[in-house]
Amino acid sequence: MMQDLNWAIGGEAGDGIDSTGKIFAQALSRAGRHVFTSKDFASRIRGGYTAYKIRSSTDRVESVVDRLDILVALTQRTIDENLDELHEDSVIIYDGERTEMEDVDIPEEMIGLAVPLRSLAKDAGGTIMQNTVALGAACEVANFPIENLDSALDKKFGAKGEAIVENNKEAARLGQEYVQEEYDYDFEYDVETTDNDYVLLNGDEAIGMGAIAAGCRFYSGYPITPATNVMEYLTGRIEHFGGTVMQAEDELSAINMALGAARAGARSMTATSGPGIDLMTETFGLIAQSETPLVICDVMRSGPSTGMPTKQEQGDLNMTLYGGHGEIPRFVVAPTNVAECFHKTVEAFNFAEKYQTPVFLLADLAMAVTEQTFSPEEFDMDSVEIERGNIVDEDDIEAWTDEKDRFQPHFPTADGISPRAFPGTKGGAHMSTGLEHNALGRRTEDTEIRVEQVDKRNRKVETAQEEEDWSPREFGDEDADTLVISWGSNEGPMREALDFLEEDDVSVRFLSVPYIFPRPDLTEDIESADTVIVVECNETGQFANVLEHDALTRVERINKYNGIRFKADELADDIKAKLGQEVEA
Amino acid sequence: MSSEVRFTDFKSDKQPTWCPGCGDFGTMNGMMKALAETGNSPDDTFVVAGIGCSGKIGTFMHSYAIHGVHGRALPVGTGVKLANPDLEVMVAGGDGDGYSIGVGHFIHAVRRNVDMSYVVMDNRIYGLTKGQASPTSREDFETSTTPEGPQQPPVNPLALALSAGATFIAQSFSTDAQRHAEIVQKAIEHDGFGFVNVFSPCVTFNDVDTYDYFRDSIVDLADEGHDPHDYEAAKEKILDASKEYQGVIYQDEDSVPYSELHGIEGNMSEIPDGAPEDAMDLVREFY
Repeated sequence: MMQDLNWAIGGEAGDGIDSTGKIFAQALSRAGRHVFTSKDFASRIRGGYTAYKIRSSTDRVESVVDRLDILVALTQRTIDENLDELHEDSVIIYDGERTEMEDVDIPEEMIGLAVPLRSLAKDAGGTIMQNTVALGAACEVANFPIENLDSALDKKFGAKGEAIVENNKEAARLGQEYVQEEYDYDFEYDVETTDNDYVLLNGDEAIGMGAIAAGCRFYSGYPITPATNVMEYLTGRIEHFGGTVMQAEDELSAINMALGAARAGARSMTATSGPGIDLMTETFGLIAQSETPLVICDVMRSGPSTGMPTKQEQGDLNMTLYGGHGEIPRFVVAPTNVAECFHKTVEAFNFAEKYQTPVFLLADLAMAVTEQTFSPEEFDMDSVEIERGNIVDEDDIEAWTDEKDRFQPHFPTADGISPRAFPGTKGGAHMSTGLEHNALGRRTEDTEIRVEQVDKRNRKVETAQEEEDWSPREFGDEDADTLVISWGSNEGPMREALDFLEEDDVSVRFLSVPYIFPRPDLTEDIESADTVIVVECNETGQFANVLEHDALTRVERINKYNGIRFKADELADDIKAKLGQEVEA
Repeated sequence: MSSEVRFTDFKSDKQPTWCPGCGDFGTMNGMMKALAETGNSPDDTFVVAGIGCSGKIGTFMHSYAIHGVHGRALPVGTGVKLANPDLEVMVAGGDGDGYSIGVGHFIHAVRRNVDMSYVVMDNRIYGLTKGQASPTSREDFETSTTPEGPQQPPVNPLALALSAGATFIAQSFSTDAQRHAEIVQKAIEHDGFGFVNVFSPCVTFNDVDTYDYFRDSIVDLADEGHDPHDYEAAKEKILDASKEYQGVIYQDEDSVPYSELHGIEGNMSEIPDGAPEDAMDLVREFY
């Protein structure tokens, strides 16, 4: 019996690839199976190769692998693009009646199932359901109970009325029956179901959900791949909690609107990707200098310039860490998997308000567009704590006023954290500015006050370094001589790579670091290991550079920057190669 | 809101650093007077400014205020107002701030129609960088960066506003104190985006658009019997480049401000100590 199933649908953008893939992912999830999805998509609305891939198992899955068991190919290119991942037992479902697929080239040893997707869909009520026919056929090949697909179809089309749901179910049945009747194969797949309840969501959605849970009420943004889903998630949901989403005219406006809302006392956020971060950079200093709590989410994609907008990269670390003129105290938090996107978003809002700083939430495309299953308990809303920091009201404002009864929003406290009065608080009227200012917030060029205020702002970071837990997430063998360090979405493939490595008796300690700044001091961990390898999706090793600087030593690097995230088996091979071990060709 | 608020309550104890005789003194005084007249207090007022001479206003006034980055004051004001509709939000800017670097935001703020007022101190020159052409400088106005004049027609901010669907367009002259304050007050009272372009002469760098020039050429729309609810009449005045008009030029009485249109109410700063009660529903959506 085979537990893993690697399935994909591919065709042209506009063929409904994404929604069909999502339906099948949901069907598997509802059958109590773990799911991990990935997408190949091009930056265009119609045309161009697009694929949605699913890896599914009864065990937790954290990564994609180089293997495809069932492929629904709507175009010849879908087969050609995936030849490397197909194997001799792979099953390819295609529409043999479609003119362009009549002479389809199925590699010799594989099984090609010519299913008349379009005409069966027509029988069920409309050719638009051709992909659903393919899903029915796939259920038959995988020996997967089709009732689970029904349930996913209910969810997908329920709002469109019963007739559409029933037609789709019928379409799936026709696909299933066609394979049963026309192909007398004994497929080797037997996809098991379990009683587990899972939720299926991607990183962008988890960030949006985390924002609502954390009390975010104001979101302003400008659409950009791959961050737009955060905005789409919040739209229509945040209103229920008394908030609003504003689509700004550009990123400059987006971050300034968010800044305005934050100064009015709302928990506020904007999300964008690299090019948007560039435009927002002007305002970073103002946020820090005016001590405004703001969460700025950067869902990284491949750069520079417009780069490869639909591909993975972790190239913006330096940008978020150092971007902006002058020196800007800030936090950079980088979630390491889809569930952590939720938790780290909540944390980001708390950091922002406790320390009155910009907080960069640094996510990446691989995580943002990847759907993954989790137990609902991993998003435990009861555990969400909201810490708003030092907010003063009418009763205690006097303690923070000077001899002329003027509120001092930038009073240089011992921990660097300022008193904060929301507009509307009696006696708290004050000015905020990006100019250097005194305790009142008024402009100054006094050399002593300048130094005092710079020190005060940086003291907030020192306070946070002492008060918060910046530990990395640890996996693998804690006594191993080899230490692998990664950040962001590399955690998943790396965790699975540990299993591959273990099979080959390679013992590895793995630290996944969610905090870029402030960050854990890994000097001792680095010093005590024989080999240290930093894994990241960029060319220059931005995080490796930071760690080398911290620990005053050289580290090994594994860098991937072709636009595709690490795959677990590939990463295991890369690590073995770094350790001087032979890797099977 | 207290009726006892006086306009001097909006004065900061910091003396303005504008050049003696600057039009911005009068512009600011009118803003403070209008705020007091409309029953606002410094503690429930939020003033947003960008960069330039106009940007200093937050320091010279007493209220909640932010001095932001160049050209971005309107987005900041939008965020403030939507997050807390109880606040009286007034955005102050200059012609460079609003019609050059910030012109994109201006157009979109106009069409968004958030309930706030926008007062632009238009001196037709860049003052703080010491005398370069601004978007409203005359075509032949010689400056350090345009020795033969910009040789481009000046921006007509009122026409931009009208074409973007403005619901309130007015113009005033900073030194005509009573009239200016009255016009700003109408902008505050307007349900939506209240835009006032103020002739606020620069006595140091602009020797063309002077107090004398405006005194001689200004035409008060009230004297002309202009009806600000008449769109066609407003359009005619706005496109008439031969005169400098003062008064409310256009007002849409049916204006519905953004918040009302989108059902946004309540102060967003008030949130529970933990996740909202029904937050688990958000998770269940992903089953």
